[in-house]
Amino acid sequence: MLLNQFLLLAAVLFCIGVYGVLVRKNGMLVLMSVELILNAVNINLVAFGTLTDDVGGAVFALFTIAVAAAEVGIGLAIVLLMYRNRRSIDLSEADLLKG
Amino acid sequence: MTGLLLAEFTTTEKWVVNSFWGVIALVMVYAALRVVTTKNVVHAALWLVVVLAGVAVQFLFLGAEFVAVTQILVYIGAVIVLFLFGVMLTRASMGDDETVADEKRAMAAVVGVLLLAVMAFALVDSFDDVEITADGPQSVTTVSDSIFSQYIVPFEAVSVLLLAALIGAIVVARQD
Repeated sequence: MLLNQFLLLAAVLFCIGVYGVLVRKNGMLVLMSVELILNAVNINLVAFGTLTDDVGGAVFALFTIAVAAAEVGIGLAIVLLMYRNRRSIDLSEADLLKG
Repeated sequence: MTGLLLAEFTTTEKWVVNSFWGVIALVMVYAALRVVTTKNVVHAALWLVVVLAGVAVQFLFLGAEFVAVTQILVYIGAVIVLFLFGVMLTRASMGDDETVADEKRAMAAVVGVLLLAVMAFALVDSFDDVEITADGPQSVTTVSDSIFSQYIVPFEAVSVLLLAALIGAIVVARQD
């Protein structure tokens, strides 16, 4: 198998994730798009680890999974807090810091 | 079991493996597109399950079976459940998601396609026909030996990070 088929698949997933982050207004859906991006990065890490026959790629993919789990926990807590305070999780309404 | 699966892969014809890979990749891309376009939040979470399972299969193709199992346990087992709980607790978002202006949608699509074009060009340019061979699955022993010797400091840092995230999530979401 070619290395590029994995890397290109990861690139496609990454770009779909970027599109989702830019276009979604619902906080939950933005978090899901971020998950797509993180998974694309994981495919790259494991592919390069297999290419160089080094276990480091898999180890860092595991670290990324742990960090992504922490990120989802904090992100959901923030979304819930926003819902409790404003009865809405529309990110385009969260513009308190706008000058 | 995944080891057996991989041993099977190395003996089967190349085009069989490649077409199986292609089908999985197509399903993943379609599901990812549905995640970012569907109007229903619950459907988006369920399409995300398909993408995450596809990523686990990619890890199996690459011979990283421990990462694949962790992917299924942590992502499909825990993160998706967390998402569904989040959807349940923010009930206002159950229905139709949004009315994004077509202009914004078009701009985001342009950004995505341009990014993909640049990355695809760079990848094809640098790794034109580099072959990759997963000779048998990585044993869990190798992974754990490496985590607890060479990568012990990042491992401890990740455990502290998880503790901090846990406490932070409780503090942020607590009612008072």
